[in-house]
Amino acid sequence: MIYQGKQKIWADYQKEIPDNHWFYVRSCIRQNFFPGAEKMFLEICRGLLKKDIFETEHHTTCGGIAYHCDTIPQETVMTIVARQFALMTEAGYENYVASCITSFGNYIEILETWKEFPELETRIREMLWKACKREFNKPKYVAHASDLIYKYRNEIAARAKFRLVNRFTGEPLKVVEHIGCHYAKMFPARGVGGAEYPYVLCGMIESWGGNVIDYPERRHCCGYGFRQYHVKANRGYSLSNTYKKFESMEPYHPDFILTNCPGCPYFMDRWQYVIAETEGKTYGENGYGIPVLTYEELASLVLGYNPWDIGLQLHQVAVEPLLDKIGIEYDPKEKYKGLNEKDLMRPELPGVLRCC
Amino acid sequence: MDFGFKLSPSSAINLDKVDTEKFAELHRAEPDVYKCMACGSCTSTCPANRFSGMSVRKVILGLQRGKEKEVIAMMKNCMLCGKCSMVCPRGINTRHLILSICRIYGEDMK
Repeated sequence: MIYQGKQKIWADYQKEIPDNHWFYVRSCIRQNFFPGAEKMFLEICRGLLKKDIFETEHHTTCGGIAYHCDTIPQETVMTIVARQFALMTEAGYENYVASCITSFGNYIEILETWKEFPELETRIREMLWKACKREFNKPKYVAHASDLIYKYRNEIAARAKFRLVNRFTGEPLKVVEHIGCHYAKMFPARGVGGAEYPYVLCGMIESWGGNVIDYPERRHCCGYGFRQYHVKANRGYSLSNTYKKFESMEPYHPDFILTNCPGCPYFMDRWQYVIAETEGKTYGENGYGIPVLTYEELASLVLGYNPWDIGLQLHQVAVEPLLDKIGIEYDPKEKYKGLNEKDLMRPELPGVLRCC
Repeated sequence: MDFGFKLSPSSAINLDKVDTEKFAELHRAEPDVYKCMACGSCTSTCPANRFSGMSVRKVILGLQRGKEKEVIAMMKNCMLCGKCSMVCPRGINTRHLILSICRIYGEDMK
């Protein structure tokens, strides 16, 4: 078959994702934001789908946040990443999967830089050896964790207990997908579907019964943008970006937002509270916000896990209206109970945004 | 609630809501207005620019975007010296253009 035009472009952005044997590295911030997400990724891949996913407690941050905040040079980040690759090599793996979008972008950027400047790779190898007497092989394949869930999406759909269908109307749920900027905007060929039409989250939504909705600012940044948020004087700019996105998606009445980045769900979730407090505006139905989920949380929901076991009580925007629409049963009394029935205490309720 | 930061005012312009009637009239009187490529030569040579922010480039852009108020406030600083006409690479008679703007948008300038 001869691929031409858009078909050819589309074919260039398809990824061959190895099925098994992965070395997994966590995100440095996700466990604080949505602690259930990474746990559920491992639970689904290892426990349910019986895949070989290895992780080690010795790995560190990739240095991506400091790099993108311009506080450390790229050579430092490269040496940190070289150490992560050394851990992978020591564990006997060749496929590398990152939980974080910025880490993923960071690894790809470094591997591409080494390809263009081999002398830099040699220098980094020397620096790593001097620093911790380690050596590494470059991974054969680098993926983001959402690529794996995308690959396994039909297996998950086959085991799903719930579909993304509004049980009151029988219509597919309207879902906004938001891809982290560092997934494919820097190296489009490394993401499923490229930078303009990434398919990684759309594929999951469609497989699990939902309907992806398009809106003008779909590819706009979530607003985090590292330097914008971390410098308090710029924080209004970060908030304004998120506001622009919500204003753009509001007319399409999405049921929820699906993301694959550590920062995006956090900021799209928390900024809804800030917008509500400062502007008095909410974007969901009846004074609620629009729930923002990570792909692991969504996969866990459709597979029938208890919403409170996967950490949905840590979202600022209440997820209960969404759970009601899908038909997932939950016990409101159990919402703020942690592991072993430990009481997590109740957060103070916001003044404008409705949360329960 | 004060978080120590707030929303920046949006710079988005809804062109569907902009009244372009006067600009169309300006275009009929001064067809050269569409020749402007926004190079900024007029601005860089303008003696009023450094102390008042006067910029013919911004004037043309602002009128197309329906920002008459801002443009008129800026225009009040023009001294009609004509330096902008001399440097325009597209040969636009900017001095004449400014006079036409004053005539067409005259009511708003009072």
